[in-house]
Amino acid sequence: MSLLFDAVLCLLLLAGALGVVATGAARAAVIAFIGYGLLLGLAWVRLAAVDVALTEIAIGSGISGVVLLRCVRALPATPKAPAPNPLLRPLAAMVSIAIAVALGAAVLALPEPAPSRAADVATALPATDLGNPVTGVLLVFRALDTLLEKVVLLLSLVGVWALSRDPACRGRPDPLSLEPAPAPSAFLARVLAPVGVLVGLYLLWAGADHPGGAFQSGAVLAAMGLLLVMGDQIRIPATQNRGLRLMLLAGPFGFLAVGFAGWATAGVFLGYPPGAEKAVIIAVEVAITLSIAVTLGLIVLGPPAGEERS
Amino acid sequence: MTGVHLFGLAGAALVGCGVYGLLMAPGALGRILAFNILGGGVFLIFGVVARRGAGAGFGADPVPQALVITGIVVAFCATALAAALLVRLSAVDAEVARDGEKEKET
Repeated sequence: MSLLFDAVLCLLLLAGALGVVATGAARAAVIAFIGYGLLLGLAWVRLAAVDVALTEIAIGSGISGVVLLRCVRALPATPKAPAPNPLLRPLAAMVSIAIAVALGAAVLALPEPAPSRAADVATALPATDLGNPVTGVLLVFRALDTLLEKVVLLLSLVGVWALSRDPACRGRPDPLSLEPAPAPSAFLARVLAPVGVLVGLYLLWAGADHPGGAFQSGAVLAAMGLLLVMGDQIRIPATQNRGLRLMLLAGPFGFLAVGFAGWATAGVFLGYPPGAEKAVIIAVEVAITLSIAVTLGLIVLGPPAGEERS
Repeated sequence: MTGVHLFGLAGAALVGCGVYGLLMAPGALGRILAFNILGGGVFLIFGVVARRGAGAGFGADPVPQALVITGIVVAFCATALAAALLVRLSAVDAEVARDGEKEKET
């Protein structure tokens, strides 16, 4: 029964991916991509990776989808790009099928018994006082990856801001819509945002012992911020705002500071002070969640459009 | 043949779809989407590796899971930056076209 479910899910995934690749219309392709991301999240649940499923749905499908939909709206309706040579089509299909078949053969030939670090994580996890092994790997055993990932996220925002027009490198990003928010949007923002913020904070708090964590929580909080912007409940912040920039830097630099302090307290970079591991880990998680939420929201809003003319 | 193998094969097929899209998509946006599908397939194969490494009371090996989470985030960063570049490029193109028309009139 579950095998049948898996087979149907795999077929749907493939259909979604083919839909994205084969659709000529940009908007339809992006919407198919969002659906594909949700199905991929379901596949992650079936692979017993609930943390990855939450991240895929929140970031890979949700926030990516919003960014791409905004991109579609900003682009001209008919791209001038020339259609690729039809003779290349069978060749490209053959290359892709060959790659897929080779990868499929490699998947079927994976070594038995499978290599695993699960036992190592299980022996080391009690020292961190965390219950969720994925959070343990992200924030303790592979903390350097997570730190660098935060830096990449910040650099991505710097890149987006750098694409503003020359005289307009300060100020607020363009509003999402030129018209005032319709009443249902405003109502939705007022009703849903408090609940959503609560869900986001719960994901952060529960992430220590259950599926969830800084990234999933940050994505939910960013979505709530965007909902409030769409409902005209809050103004888009100006990018030179000091408080905003502090929030952007709190995560990566707070994490880095804890990392350097690790030399003094634990004798190793990114080590946590013995005895107070969990408190420091939660403080780091709160700081990076705040930075993730603000960074994701600002990436969606796009480059600043210049000082206001009043 | 188990469900885990099935997802591995689906991941391989998704990579194939992504490569085809990268080669044949008519516009840059289509390539960005195809790149994401390719990445999704690679992550799924990695997820199969994690599931096969289940043990010590965990449903899947947590190390590959954490790496995939990091990967999803980095892929998002690249996607967002590429989308922003694309928007700016089309704005510059529109400006150039407008300036060209003005020059013709004068």
